[in-house]
Amino acid sequence: MANETILMLPLYLIGFFSLAAVGLDPLFSKNKKVIYYLSLIGLLEAAISAGYALYLHTLTPAPNIEISYAKNMVSTGGMAYFFDILFCLSGILILLSSPRYFTREYKELSEFYSLILLSVSGMMIMAHSANLLVLFIGIEIMSLSFYILAGFIRIRIMSVEAALKYFLLGAFSTGFLVYGIAMIYGATGTLTLSVIQLSIQTNTINSLYLTIGIGLIIIGLSFKAAIFPFHQWAPDVYHGSPTVIAGFLSAAGKAAAMMAFIIIARAIFGGLSQNNFVKDLYVDVRLVLAVLSAATMLIGNITALVQKNIKRMLAYSSVAHAGYLLMGVVAANERGWSGILFYSTAYILMQIGAFIVISLSERNDEQNLKISEYRGFSKAHPYLAAIMSIFMFSLAGLPPFAGFFGKYYLFTAAVETGYVWLTIVAVISSLISMYFYIGLIIKMYFEDPDTQPMVAESGHAVLALTLSTAGVMIFGIFPSLLMDIAKIFF
Amino acid sequence: MNEIPQGYYLLLAGVLFTIGTIGVLTRRNAIIIFMSIELMLNSVNLTLVAFSSFFGDSSGQIFVFFVMAIAAAEAAVGLAIVLALFRLKKTIYVDEANILKY
Amino acid sequence: MSLTFLFFGILAVLAIATAVICVSNKNPVVSAMALVAHFFMLAGLYLTLQAQFIAILQILIYAGAIMVLVIFVIMLLNLGDEEKLREKTKYRKILASLLGIGFIAMLCSVYLGGGLGNKATSPMAITIGAPAALGKELFTNYLFAFEAIALLLLTAIIGAVVLAKRKVD
Repeated sequence: MANETILMLPLYLIGFFSLAAVGLDPLFSKNKKVIYYLSLIGLLEAAISAGYALYLHTLTPAPNIEISYAKNMVSTGGMAYFFDILFCLSGILILLSSPRYFTREYKELSEFYSLILLSVSGMMIMAHSANLLVLFIGIEIMSLSFYILAGFIRIRIMSVEAALKYFLLGAFSTGFLVYGIAMIYGATGTLTLSVIQLSIQTNTINSLYLTIGIGLIIIGLSFKAAIFPFHQWAPDVYHGSPTVIAGFLSAAGKAAAMMAFIIIARAIFGGLSQNNFVKDLYVDVRLVLAVLSAATMLIGNITALVQKNIKRMLAYSSVAHAGYLLMGVVAANERGWSGILFYSTAYILMQIGAFIVISLSERNDEQNLKISEYRGFSKAHPYLAAIMSIFMFSLAGLPPFAGFFGKYYLFTAAVETGYVWLTIVAVISSLISMYFYIGLIIKMYFEDPDTQPMVAESGHAVLALTLSTAGVMIFGIFPSLLMDIAKIFF
Repeated sequence: MNEIPQGYYLLLAGVLFTIGTIGVLTRRNAIIIFMSIELMLNSVNLTLVAFSSFFGDSSGQIFVFFVMAIAAAEAAVGLAIVLALFRLKKTIYVDEANILKY
Repeated sequence: MSLTFLFFGILAVLAIATAVICVSNKNPVVSAMALVAHFFMLAGLYLTLQAQFIAILQILIYAGAIMVLVIFVIMLLNLGDEEKLREKTKYRKILASLLGIGFIAMLCSVYLGGGLGNKATSPMAITIGAPAALGKELFTNYLFAFEAIALLLLTAIIGAVVLAKRKVD
C-alpha cells in the first residue's frame, strides 16, 4: 500500500517547480534556457510521479475508490492521476513549441514558463480536489494564469483585448460558480464532496437550495468550458491570444472544465439516492445538459463553416468539441466517464498539435492565418501538411485516428443510456464538421498557392509535433491501450 | 442569537447578486463591470456567512476568506489588464475594444 | 420588532441602495465610493450574523485594499472626462432591468414562499465567528487550501507585473 507522500508527490513536485521557476527567473535573466529546461523537468517529473502513483493505484483491490488525504481536502483517485499526466503532457507540448514562437513574435519570455507551470498546478489541484473549496481554488489558479497568458503579448492590441474579454467573462462566471457552491453548501451543510454525496444519499438536504446550486454551477462551468449559450467569448479569446497559448487554453482548459463537471456530477448524483426528488432532479439535469450539448455542437460546427481565419475556425470547432465531451456527462455511466477521459486525451493531442502547426507558419503579428493562405501548403512543407492533415482527420473523427474512437465511445455511451436523439445530432454535426476540416486538407493538397509560400521554422516544436502525432496515431490504432486504463477508475 | 429568518438574508443576497449581474450585462466601462463582479462575489459571501451562522459550522466563513483572497487576486490581474488596454487604445470601454469582432 | 431586526432592515435597504448607485452611476468614482459604502453595510450585516472577524476583514480587505486599488486605477486613467462617459445602450438597460426585476420577484416567491428556513442563528455562531476559532480551523483542517491559495496569490503577483510593466525588454 502506497503511503501518503508518494500519493501526494505529483502535487508537491509541480508546486515546488513552479516556485523554483518563479524564484530562479531573475537569477537567470540572461540565460532563459535554464528556466526552460527546469520547467520541462518539473512537468516531466510530476507526470512520472503521477504515473507511478497511478500504477500503485491500479494495484489496489478497488481502484475505483478514492482515498482522501490532508484532512479530506485532497483525493487520490485514479482519475486524478490520469488527468495529472494529461495536464503535464499538454504543458510539455506548449513549452516545447513556445520559445521559438515567442522570441520571433515578441522577444521576451520572462515569467512565461512559471505561468505555464502555475496553470498546470491549478489544474492538478482541481483534479485532486475532495472539497469544493479546493476545487474552486484550483479553478481560480488555472483561470487567473489563463487570463495572463491570453494577454501575454501585451504590446499587441488583440492579445490584450482577448485578455480583457476573457477576464471579465471569466470573473463573471466565477460569480455564478461560487454562488452555486454556496447554495450546495446551504443544501448539505458541508463542502466535502464525500459528505455531500452521503447526505444526498441519506436525504438530509434542502432540495430547493440543491436545485438552485446545481443550476448555478452548471452556468459557471459552462462558461469555463465554453458551452452554449455561454460560448461567445471563446472564439474571440482563442483568436486574440498568442497561437500556442490558444491551443493550451482551448484544449487543456476544456479538459479541466470537463473534469470539474465529472467531479461535481459524481459527487452529487454518484450514489443512488433514496430521495425521489433527487432522482427526478437527476433526470432533469441530464436532459438540460443533453440539450446544451446538442446546441453547443451544432452551433460550434455551423459557425465554424463560415470562418475565414484558421484560428477562429479551430476556436469554433473547439466549442463543438465541448459539446461532444458533454455527452459523456449526460450519459453519466462508466462508458461515458471513461469516454471523456479518452476524448480529452485525444483532443489535447490533436488540438494543441494543430495550433502548433499554425504557430510555425504564423509571421509578424498575425499574418498567414487566413485559411486561403494555406493553399498549396503541401508543396512548400510536405511534412507539416501531412501532420496537419492527420490532426484534421482526427478532429473530424475519421478512423484510424484517436478522435474517431473518442467520439465512438462517447456516442455509444449516449446510446446506451437512451439518448439516441443526442447521438443523431452529434453524428449530423460531425458530418457538418467534415466540410471545413477536409476543406482545409483539400486546400493544402489540391489547390495551387496564389501567394508566396509560407516559411515555417520549427526548433523544439518538432518534438512536440512528433509526440502529439504519435499519440493520435497510436491511440487511434490501439485505443484499448488507453481505454483499459480509463475504465478501471469508474 | 438573532431572530431574523435565514430566508431574509438569502433573499437580500439574491437581490444583490441580481443587481451585480445587471451591472455586468449593461455597463460598458470595464472598471464598473469589474465592480459589479465584486458586488456579485460579495453577495455570495453574504450567503455563505448566513449559512455558516445558521448551521453553526465554520466552513462557510472559511470559504469567505478564500473568496476574499481570490477577489483581491482578480482585482490585481484585472486592473493590470485594464491598464495594459488603456496604454494601447486609450479607452476602457469594452464597446470600443472590438478588433476581434468581425 | 426587535432592535436587531431594525438594524437588519436599515442595513439591507442601504446595501441595496448603494449597490444600485454603484451599477447605475455614470461616474466611476461615485460608483467606487458607493461600493465602499456597500461594503460597510455588508460588514454590518455580518455583525448581525455574529461573524465578527469576517466583518472586520470585509472592511480591511475590500474597502481598505481592493477598493483603494480600484480608485487608484480610476484616478490614474483620469476617467473623469464627461465627454467619454456617455453610454449608448438604452434599450439593453431597460431589458436587463425588467429581467432583473422579474428574477428578483422569482427569488422572493422562492425564498419567502418556500418557508424562511431556520428561524434563528445557531447558538454556536457566536463562538465560530471569533478569530481564534476561525484561525484554528484555517490552519488545521483547511491547511491544504491555505497552501493552495499561496500559489494563486503568486500567480496574481506575476500577472500584475507581467501585464502592467511598461517596457518590453
